Amino acid sequence: MEMKVPTMAECIANGEVPEILFWVGCSGSFDDRAKKITKAIVKILNKAEVKFAVLGTEESCTGDPAKRAGNEFLFQMQAFTNIQVLNGYEVKKIVTGCPHCFNTLKNEYPDLGGNYEVIHHTQLIQQLIDSGKLKVEGGSFKGKKITFHDPCYLGRANNEYEAPRSVIEKLDSELTEMKRSRANGLCCGAGGAQMFKEAEHGDKEVNVERAEEALALNPNVIATGCPFCMTMMTDGVKYFNKEAEVKVYDVAELIANAQDL
Amino acid sequence: MGISNIIFLLLFVGAFTLFALKIKTIVRNIRLGRDQNLNDNFAERLKVMSMVAIGQSKMVVRPVSGIMHILIYIGFVIMNIELLEIVIDGIAGTHRVFAFLGGFYDFVIGSFEFLGLGVLLACIVFLIRRNILKLKRFWSAEMTSWPRSDANLILTIEILLMTAFFTMNATDQVLQSRGVEHYIQAGAYPISHYYSALFTGLSSETLIMIERSIWWFHICGILFFLNYVPYSKHFHILLAFPNVFYSNLNAKGKFSNMESVTNEVKLMFDPSATPPPADAAPVKFGAKDVNDLSWVQLMNAYSCTECGRCTSNCPANITGKKLSPRKIMMDTRDRLEEYGKNLDKNTPDTKSLLHDYITPEELWACTSCNACVEACPINIDPLSIIIDLRRNLVMEESNAPAALAGMFTNVENNGAPWQFGQADRMNWANEA
Ligand code: HEM
Ligand code: SF4
Ligand code: SF4
Repeated sequence: MEMKVPTMAECIANGEVPEILFWVGCSGSFDDRAKKITKAIVKILNKAEVKFAVLGTEESCTGDPAKRAGNEFLFQMQAFTNIQVLNGYEVKKIVTGCPHCFNTLKNEYPDLGGNYEVIHHTQLIQQLIDSGKLKVEGGSFKGKKITFHDPCYLGRANNEYEAPRSVIEKLDSELTEMKRSRANGLCCGAGGAQMFKEAEHGDKEVNVERAEEALALNPNVIATGCPFCMTMMTDGVKYFNKEAEVKVYDVAELIANAQDL
Repeated sequence: MGISNIIFLLLFVGAFTLFALKIKTIVRNIRLGRDQNLNDNFAERLKVMSMVAIGQSKMVVRPVSGIMHILIYIGFVIMNIELLEIVIDGIAGTHRVFAFLGGFYDFVIGSFEFLGLGVLLACIVFLIRRNILKLKRFWSAEMTSWPRSDANLILTIEILLMTAFFTMNATDQVLQSRGVEHYIQAGAYPISHYYSALFTGLSSETLIMIERSIWWFHICGILFFLNYVPYSKHFHILLAFPNVFYSNLNAKGKFSNMESVTNEVKLMFDPSATPPPADAAPVKFGAKDVNDLSWVQLMNAYSCTECGRCTSNCPANITGKKLSPRKIMMDTRDRLEEYGKNLDKNTPDTKSLLHDYITPEELWACTSCNACVEACPINIDPLSIIIDLRRNLVMEESNAPAALAGMFTNVENNGAPWQFGQADRMNWANEA
């Protein structure tokens, strides 16, 4: 299926007002693995005929990694720049492909003059399914064993544990839980700007600890909803040489693949 | 009023004065922190306090220690009512002054015995978990000899106090049954009733001596304990409540907005904005020492029970890194005590929380995952301290790990944490 990805600038030029802005994020724009998630989200939006747009080259880092690393100056510079663009387009509603962008836009931009309704892509997918705009039948994941790894910035940070799970349940697969899940979920190791540096000295990598826990369930798929978790879990699975048997997918990819989008 | 009543009164007043002075110092120390106005959402705060502190909702996530703790907690709160009687008896020289309440009195005293047994049991279980089962969270690196002794001391004192309570009741019963003068018939003793058999062979004089000695031991123990509490992790029995009341009500993912930075950034975006007056005090970004933290963060430090639930859920700590959120709280308290003492003595103070207590290596290991905040039964927020210290490292000391400094440069120049150009941001849409 051909992807249709209108930009905000194009929409305005054509006199259209999109319902929702899709905030792609840096990983979703540049990381090869995460780009696949971005495309899955676009395919779902296209399929459900959602009128959306992206900022394209006008998008810039939300500033999340700078803020978590203690660089509030850089964070606020980024935030002000982005808010100027978003307010210029009179954006009301945003869906993000990344829990970090989601958290920052939703919780930290309002103090700086950026007020939007922000949802995570798993929440949007759930809404599309619930409202009948998107039909999902088991498809290729029917009967498969799937475990969901909670991204910290979706789960604990914003109390969203159910949306991704309710979407996975639509696939007629077997959802199994790790002992550390939901509010007790263990981090993948990438948050707080860890993604961009080596870990401190210790006796294990966090993603190895987490992948070990997930693999102990013998799943067919480890699902998640964050491009950072994607990197960490994929590397963790590789560490145990299990990449042939166990796939790591974003919830959006599960839906897009199941429907052959 | 006899001599013993006067001694009691003096002891009592002395102990409370000492306690009040220590509390005054602690309140002063907490107030050294930055202002943070949290007088919003009174109703919601009350609700959270009722659930989490009074209702112990986060304690029972770990059922064994949660339920044992509820036994101690309820026992302590309710049995303190009897303290009122003990104090009146001590001052007025009466014996069981509330006995006139009759059947109700019997019921209350009888219930106290059940509660007391619960406390005794729970304290023994806690001691076993710490010293025989050696649960990992009580033995990690920051649990040096003092924190471990502190916990054992508290539990031992509680056990001694409970034993004293039962011994008083047991001897009292025997004396009551013999109709000894002063020991009026009062109370019900469903538990110590069994214990009193030990004392029936003794003469009434000996029994009175035992009963009196234990009475004094009990009340002196309580007064000592009162003054021990503010030096100990046991201070949580008071601070847990306000600590939960003033805890963060926002989404955990929202980090505080730094107004001081907003002011400067606004100036850069809009040169016509009013700059701060030239004589304004220079702003300091982030926290280097305890007085740069907010009063809530300092109250958090005094409230910490050192239970280690935060640390046992911390991904960095689980994988062997130096970071331990419990240590962050213990260090903050220790440093604040030191800072306060130096202030009182007017001694120059060259140390700081950052570097002298908490090292950059610990701070940079944090993934900001909020597991510690979620785990804390009294809603302490170690992550907020970690971030404030990181802010100082980055914005005051320019002391970020090289890889992060590179990430900052990328964000600043390309609008992405990696070296990709902004113009290529939408290339993905054209890739098959
Ligand atoms: C007001 C009466 C209270 C009393 C008498 C009391 C007593 C105790 C005692 C004796 C311990 C020691 C257990 C050990 O170290 O092994 C303890 C620990 C603890 N208390 Fe309390 N407490 C009270 C209130 C609270 C409240 C309101 C909270 C908040 C929910 C709380 C939270 C804790 C926690 C988290 C621990 C560490 C226990 C663990 O998990 O190992 N306490 N308390
Ligand atoms: S937020 Fe930081 S300190 Fe707290 S549990 Fe996560 S990694 Fe550990
Ligand atoms: S911060 Fe909370 S969870 Fe951690 S040791 Fe202190 S009381 Fe326990």
